[in-house]
Amino acid sequence: MANAYWCIVEDDRKGAPKKVMSEVLGEAGRLAGGTVEAVWLTDKATDDGIKQLGAWGASKVWVLENAAFAPYIGEVWVPALAELVAKESPKAIFAPVTSRMREFVARLAARLGAGLSADSVGFAMEGDALVATRPVYAGKVLAKMTWAKTPWIATMRPNVFKPAEASVAKSAQVEKPSVKIPTPRMKLVERREEVSTGLPELTEAETVISGGRGMKGPENYVILEKMAAVIGAAVGASRAAVDAGWRPHRFQIGQTGRTISPKLYLGFGVSGAIQHLAGMRTSKVIVAVNKDPEAPIFKIADYGIVGDLFEVVPALTDEFKKLLEK
Amino acid sequence: MKIVVAVKQVPDTATQVKISGADPKAIDTAGITWIVSPYDEFAIEEALRIKEKRGQGEVVAVSLGPDRVKEALRSALAMGCDRAIHLNDPAWANADTLATAQALAAVIKQEQPALVLCGRQAIDDDMGAVGAQLAEVLDWPCASWIMDEAVDADAKTVRVGRQVEGGLEVFDIPLPAVLSAQKGLNEPRYPTLKGIMGAKKKEIKDVKPGDLGLTPGAPQLMVKKLEALPARPPGRIIQGEVKDAVKELVRALREDAKAI
Ligand SMILES: Cc1cc2nc3c(=O)[nH]c(=O)nc-3n(C[C@H](O)[C@H](O)[C@H](O)COP(=O)(O)OP(=O)(O)OC[C@H]3O[C@@H](n4cnc5c(N)ncnc54)[C@H](O)[C@@H]3O)c2cc1C
Ligand SMILES: Nc1ncnc2c1ncn2[C@@H]1O[C@H](COP(=O)(O)O)[C@@H](O)[C@H]1O
Repeated sequence: MANAYWCIVEDDRKGAPKKVMSEVLGEAGRLAGGTVEAVWLTDKATDDGIKQLGAWGASKVWVLENAAFAPYIGEVWVPALAELVAKESPKAIFAPVTSRMREFVARLAARLGAGLSADSVGFAMEGDALVATRPVYAGKVLAKMTWAKTPWIATMRPNVFKPAEASVAKSAQVEKPSVKIPTPRMKLVERREEVSTGLPELTEAETVISGGRGMKGPENYVILEKMAAVIGAAVGASRAAVDAGWRPHRFQIGQTGRTISPKLYLGFGVSGAIQHLAGMRTSKVIVAVNKDPEAPIFKIADYGIVGDLFEVVPALTDEFKKLLEK
Repeated sequence: MKIVVAVKQVPDTATQVKISGADPKAIDTAGITWIVSPYDEFAIEEALRIKEKRGQGEVVAVSLGPDRVKEALRSALAMGCDRAIHLNDPAWANADTLATAQALAAVIKQEQPALVLCGRQAIDDDMGAVGAQLAEVLDWPCASWIMDEAVDADAKTVRVGRQVEGGLEVFDIPLPAVLSAQKGLNEPRYPTLKGIMGAKKKEIKDVKPGDLGLTPGAPQLMVKKLEALPARPPGRIIQGEVKDAVKELVRALREDAKAI
C-alpha cells in the first residue's frame, strides 16, 4: 500500500525473524499512525515467522522467497526490492543494523536516489517530516537528520527502541509478489561458521560483559563466561585485549569493532578510552570495575567498584546466582 | 592492475568536538587534528599489498573534501600510493553519502581501475554507506566488511572473506568490484621518511564537478542540527569490602536501575 512504513526483516537464516524486528516494527508502528508492513527477502519463509511478524504489528508481510536470496548478495536483493518499491511507493523503509543490512539498505538507497540515515537511535515526526537522531564523531555529538523526499530510509541500532508487545490476536496478511531475480556476478564459495559460544550475539544481547587489558590473559575470560552464563550475557572485549590475541576480533567493542547498546554493560579491567566508549556509550546502565580510581570509564559509569577484578568477578557472580536462583 | 582507494579525512577521535557557535549544523573546526579515517588506512594498505605482490600496478588515492583534505592525500602518498585525486569544490560542501558516491563514481569511470577499496565506515559520520552506494552507481558487485582478499593471477577475479553475523562468507567476485575494509584485514604500515619525502613530489590533481560532467544537486539527507550529548546522570562509586560492595551493586542493579 502506498504510504506504508516498511520494515525489512532480518532473520536467523533458518526461517525465524530476529528479536530485533520487534523493536523495528514497534518503532515503525509508533511513527506510522497507519500501516506497518514487513518485507522479507529469504530463501526460507516459515508460517511461524510470518505469524511472529504479524504479532509484532505488521499488517502485511511481503514475502520474497527464493533460493537466490541466500546468502545475501546486493546485486540480487537490491533490484528485487527496488522493483517492489517502484510498484508500492512506501513512505519509509526501516531495517535493523546488521552487517548485511548496512550494505543492503545503503545500496538500495542509491538505487532509489533516496537519503539514508544509518544507525539511527531516535525518530520524531515534526509536522509531516521525519527527523532521525544519529550519533556522530565517535558518539560525542548527536545529529538530527531530515530527508529531501520519501521514501525515508533508515537503519536502527538494536536495543535502543522499545519493542512491540507481541499480540497473538494480530495477524498479517501475506503477499507473495513476483519480482525479477537477477543473476549475480559474485558467487559464494563457502561459508565458515563461527564456533558458537552458546551465549547471545554481542550486538543483540541485553547484557554485555566486557573484559579489557586488566584481564591479563586469554585464560581468564573463563570467569567472565561463567558470569555471562548466570545472567544471560554476551562477552566482549576491548581492542587492547583483541590486539593481544586474547579474543577474536568479532568480539571487539568500540569504534573499530562492534557498536552495542545493551540494557546493561559491565566492564572489567577496561580503562574507557574514547574509542571504546564510541561503541558502548548508548548502553542504558554502565557498570565499571577497575583498580584505578582515575580510569576514565568511571566518568560515564552509573555504578563503579574500585578494586581488583579477580576478587570482584567471582564474588559478583555468586551474588547474581543468589539473586537469580531465588 | 590499477586500484583506486577512497580516502576520507576525519577528526582524530581523541580531539574534542564542539558544535560551532555560528552554525548549529556544523562542528567548530578550530584546533581539530585531522587524520585519515582508520578503516581507510586498512584499504590503502591492502591496495599497496596487492600492487607489491603483483610487482606492478598503480594505486590512486581519491578524496572528496575541502582544501585541508590534501593533507590526508599526502599521508596516503607517503604510505606508498602513486598519485592522488582531490575532489575539491564548494558545490560538494553538503554532499551526503549518495552525492559523495556519485562524485567518486564519476572519477572511477574516468580512471577505470580493476578494483576500488573503501573503508567499512568513516569514523566521523559513521554511515558505512559510501562503498555500497559507489558500487550501485557503478553497477559493480561489492562486498562489505572484508577480512581477507586474494586477486587471482590474471586479475580477473578477487576472492574475499566477508564478515557477517555468525561467520565468514567467502565469495569469488569478477573484477571490477568495490570492497570495503574491516579491521583485521591487515596492519597498516607507517610512512617511512623516504615515503614522506617522496610524497611531496607525487601528483595531487584537483578535480571540479565540471571535469566530471556533474552538477551536484541538493543532498537527499541533510543535517538539521547537531546537539551535544545529554549528560549521563552522575555515577556512584560503591565503597566498602568486596563482599559488601557486590551485594550492594546487585541490589542497586535490581531495585534502582531495574537492569537485571
Ligand atoms: C584508531 C583507533 C581505533 C581504536 N578502536 C578501538 C575500539 O574499537 N575498541 C577499543 O576498545 N579500543 C579501541 N582503540 C584503543 C583505545 O584507544 C585503547 O587503547 C583501548 O580501548 C584500551 O583497552 P583497555 O581499556 O582494555 O586497556 P588499558 O587502557 O590498558 O586499560 C586497562 C585497565 O585495566 C585496569 N586493570 C588492570 N588490572 C586490573 C585488575 N586486576 N582489576 C581491575 N582493573 C584492572 C587498569 O587500571 C586499566 O584502567 C582504538 C585506538 C585507535 C587509535
Ligand atoms: N568524502 C570522501 N572522500 C573519499 N572517500 C570517502 C568519502 N566519504 C566516504 N568515503 C569512503 O567511503 C567509506 C565509507 O564512508 P561512510 O559511508 O561515510 O561511512 C570511507 O571509509 C571511505 O573509504
